[in-house]
Amino acid sequence: MIGTNNDATAIQPVIVGAGPAGVRAAEALVAAGLRPIMLDEAARAGGQIYRQPPPGFKRPKSALYGSEHHKADGVHRSMDALAGKIDYLTQALVWHCEGNVLDVLVDGVTRTIPYSHLILATGATDRVLPFPGWLTPGVYTLGGSQVALKYQGCAIGADVVFAGTGPLLYLVAYQYAKAGARVRAVLDTARVSDHAAGLTGMLRAPGLLAKGLYYMGWLRAHGVPIHNGIRPVRVLGDERVSGIVWRDAQGRELQVECDAVGYGLALRSETQLASLAGCQFDFNRQDRAWLPTRDRAGRSSVSGVYVAGDGAGIAGADAAELAGERAGLALIEDLGMKVDAARAQDLEKQLAGIGRVRQALERSFPFPTDWAESVQDDLVICRCEEITAGTLRACVAETGAREMNRVKALTRVGMGRCQGRMCSAGATELLAHALKVGPEQVGRLRSQPPVKPFPIRVMVEEQS
Amino acid sequence: MTEHLRTEVAIIGGGIVGGSAALFLRKRGIDVTLLETAVCGAKASGVNYGGVRRQGRAVDQLPLARRAHALWAELPALIGTDGEYVRAGHLKLARNEEDLALLEAYRAKTRGYGLNLEIIAGERFRQLYSWLGKGVIAGSLCPEDGHANPRLVSPAFGRAAARLGARVLENHRVTAVHHDGKEFVLRVGDALEIRARVLLNCAGAWGNEFARAFNEPVPEEAIHPLMMVTEPLPVFSDLSLGIQGGSIYARQVARGNVIIGGGRGISAGPDFAQPDFARPGRAAIPTLLAAVGRVMPALANAHVIRFWSGVEGNMPDHNPVLGPSGTTPGLFHAFGFSGAGFQIGPAVGEVLADLVTTGTSAIPIDTFGIARYATSTRTQVDQSHPAGTHEETT
Repeated sequence: MIGTNNDATAIQPVIVGAGPAGVRAAEALVAAGLRPIMLDEAARAGGQIYRQPPPGFKRPKSALYGSEHHKADGVHRSMDALAGKIDYLTQALVWHCEGNVLDVLVDGVTRTIPYSHLILATGATDRVLPFPGWLTPGVYTLGGSQVALKYQGCAIGADVVFAGTGPLLYLVAYQYAKAGARVRAVLDTARVSDHAAGLTGMLRAPGLLAKGLYYMGWLRAHGVPIHNGIRPVRVLGDERVSGIVWRDAQGRELQVECDAVGYGLALRSETQLASLAGCQFDFNRQDRAWLPTRDRAGRSSVSGVYVAGDGAGIAGADAAELAGERAGLALIEDLGMKVDAARAQDLEKQLAGIGRVRQALERSFPFPTDWAESVQDDLVICRCEEITAGTLRACVAETGAREMNRVKALTRVGMGRCQGRMCSAGATELLAHALKVGPEQVGRLRSQPPVKPFPIRVMVEEQS
Repeated sequence: MTEHLRTEVAIIGGGIVGGSAALFLRKRGIDVTLLETAVCGAKASGVNYGGVRRQGRAVDQLPLARRAHALWAELPALIGTDGEYVRAGHLKLARNEEDLALLEAYRAKTRGYGLNLEIIAGERFRQLYSWLGKGVIAGSLCPEDGHANPRLVSPAFGRAAARLGARVLENHRVTAVHHDGKEFVLRVGDALEIRARVLLNCAGAWGNEFARAFNEPVPEEAIHPLMMVTEPLPVFSDLSLGIQGGSIYARQVARGNVIIGGGRGISAGPDFAQPDFARPGRAAIPTLLAAVGRVMPALANAHVIRFWSGVEGNMPDHNPVLGPSGTTPGLFHAFGFSGAGFQIGPAVGEVLADLVTTGTSAIPIDTFGIARYATSTRTQVDQSHPAGTHEETT
């Protein structure tokens, strides 16, 4: 039984997230003789990048995960091998964290799961900066587009444009084209010169670079136009996407017909549980976001709480595997048990190496820092509460608000169903721009439970 | 280097009470400086439920509530925003005959204060409020009570005062205060020293800290009311709901979200960077959700999108400390509103302005004098400790 151990001194590690970081962390703990509880929102392990389709879906892993199918298979097999050695709860929404206890909703029942140690491997979602028409049905995030393909085996449209920037842009375009969709264009906000600037650094990761170049080359060879240095202008269509207009590097407006758009600008970490657990946060310039403070091993500022994978800072699936294992070792070390120091050191060294590649990636696919100034007042920034850029700017001008939580209180931005998970990136940029300060100056939205909405009609676990 | 500032009236606390006092003092041309630890309306009055309610108050509070009711009617002229204020009615529900009898007794007791309470029961009640659960049988409607958005209303008082020339210093935590025999001396760390002839203690849950600095501690405690909000739903009612004897309170805003309060959250505690920052807490959440399901069964499938809490000052008799200090001339207290300060806040500010400028208030406030606790504290000490001991009681 899970969560019924009432011995307060018992060692009970809990891992949130069954992606590459969570699985490797669990493996490390099991190897040390511990029996962690693992909680995951999905029905099957793998996280976002190695997401598994429902049982019975027949597409082979090579089709689902492309060149990464061996890694995906490795994570899945490791998870299978952990069966019986961990307590694994699927479709479990961890909606609150307080006083070394998690609140978890499973099948309409909320139960409390105490932990002595907590590894948060909560992953990431797409970072979205709105542009006109982004709410038109048929516009998806890049990650959402990929989930549709991997999990459900369906495409977001038949004639698709992918826009934004980041490695995922080319990967998803490639996967869609391979799966039989007509990819009408890839619109990258990064300039060719940006790609070139990151190239030297990318030589540290020849495999990754080769894959990226392969996707681009394959797309070009198959007649998919790739435009660099673009800015999306607007999505066309009312009831449904009918096209997209963009401005090219020379300032010309161009457009292409399509019935769906996949859009995203790299990723943003899911940090609400770390926030609710009381972790300290620092502003991370590379991610342009507030992230839980951590040491090289993944220890947060709260004793016994560890962060790993993209939820702790964007670094990709390979880094997530390494960081998950490293956090697991840190936990074991903190219990006073012996760990393989050489292995721990090696993991940190590899992570540092990926960190340097990440810097190069950031140069190749830079954040469009000119976004906020291009935004018209009537653009909806917060879709849950329908808050426009003009409302945010007026709030700054009329109330003297200088901080995200204050602007949230006064305008409702980030107060809707997503609780700022989707809109805070754009709102932060707009607020900072309106105040003529950097995004680090406007603070971060405080997290409140529940991490995601749940129905009022929940059953409370019977106390044993 | 310490900056020095002289002001006629210094106000500690930028909630609805402090902001309103600053506003009414400026309307009378008085030089005023308001000091707020965080931002105006961030702690209690800006994060509360938003009930603008006279019904259910102690009779002693009703003169204040009546004046406040008139001020709320002028809200846009007063603070430059309507604050989503609606006079949609406050319906207090009875779950049984005893509750109903209490509602009827309250109606009888409060006649003459303009509440115009109407008891609705039986078939008519069922017809009018078909969306209520079977567990409630009747209600007392105060047709001109209502609700507002505290996030918008409370900070707007401080801003309106600033527009009229008040010095509103946000992010200024008063770290020390005393009277040097001539005037009040307030310090904001090493950065600022303020001298003032008059001091208003509008510090909410921190009010007792400043009362203690002037040798008149009171048994105030911090409470953290638990709040939640649903996703936007089709609009079914613009009433504000309460329940005789407690449980939950609820209102639906124009956007469709239902805001519901009930039970208590927790203080964030020393593990958080801000020790006076409240959290929803886990303990009361299941009780709150279950009560929502009973009172408004139609909401059972709606999603809750956020729980939150704030920090309010609570007094044992649930009445505020309001009036002149018992130890220090020129000091006036207005704190400890016990989770019911939002509606009367604007009138309290006006009363404070009256006290500062004329020394008296037309609205009776004697019940709320700090002396009531000075006495009872001494009594408690006498009862619980043999003569000669000097242990403090809390």
